Amino acid sequence: MNRQQEQDAQDSRGYYRRMQSAIEELLILKGVFSGADVEREVKAMDSRDPGRGAKMVARAWLDPDYKSRVLKDGSAAAEELGFAVGPLRLIVLEDTPSVHNVIVCTLCSCYPRMLLGLPPEWYKSRDYRSRVVREPRKVLQEFGTRIPDEVEIRVHDSTADMRYMVLPLRPAGTERLDEEQLAQLVTRDSLIGVTMVDAQG
Amino acid sequence: MRSHHDMGGLPAGRCEPDEHEYEMWEKRVDALMMLLSDKERQLLKVDELRRNIESLGADAYDRMGYYERWMHSISQTLIQRGVISIDELGRKMAEIEDRDERA
Repeated sequence: MNRQQEQDAQDSRGYYRRMQSAIEELLILKGVFSGADVEREVKAMDSRDPGRGAKMVARAWLDPDYKSRVLKDGSAAAEELGFAVGPLRLIVLEDTPSVHNVIVCTLCSCYPRMLLGLPPEWYKSRDYRSRVVREPRKVLQEFGTRIPDEVEIRVHDSTADMRYMVLPLRPAGTERLDEEQLAQLVTRDSLIGVTMVDAQG
Repeated sequence: MRSHHDMGGLPAGRCEPDEHEYEMWEKRVDALMMLLSDKERQLLKVDELRRNIESLGADAYDRMGYYERWMHSISQTLIQRGVISIDELGRKMAEIEDRDERA
């Protein structure tokens, strides 16, 4: 960005920041919601992080019955662990030795936010949204992930009402770990599918 | 015709795994969306949010930040639904600008 663009971007941020304050204040005045409601929502979003998805994955690795419930109805399986998914449909995609799954939202930024929190910046970027559906192997390499040629890559395009999460492969050498230790290994990026779970964490 | 936001499969640059700490005002935009679209209020449908983002010109779409697009869309929806008027919003924003300058 040159100096003029930098300045324009700053002005634009200031403008929309003021718009946010203005709308919030107007709607509080009109009794649509209270200031406390806004604070509560901010806190609730802060409390959602990839640890939720990681817990589901670790449980599914250890408990075949839970795993079959996860794959049958992701929303219900999330609720079972106390994670409210709301009206969205959550579909969990199982990686196997021959299939690797990746998620994207080409049209915007749909993401399993109830389980992973807000999406990272790159997930919403033009580069990721445009290219991962056409050249996923190459895009994954940019994240440091090499998927062997014989493994099929399936890319899943999310919608507003239907969100995906990946159930990654359990790495070798983790046979003795318990659920909590396994969950520690499961990263946000592995739940999106741009990386694999590493036994070293 | 393919619309500007519909970019799946088009050529683009290298993916940079950039992280971004959400700023407080961005979280508050998100909170507005959550509140306005909940069962109790039903003042914003996700389709309205998207339509008002997707109807931005290609230029504006690219120039604006993610939550700037959202904020634009939320305010448009509220104006379209008559929850607030454009006038009211303009006055409130001027008042806030004034307040910020004096602070």
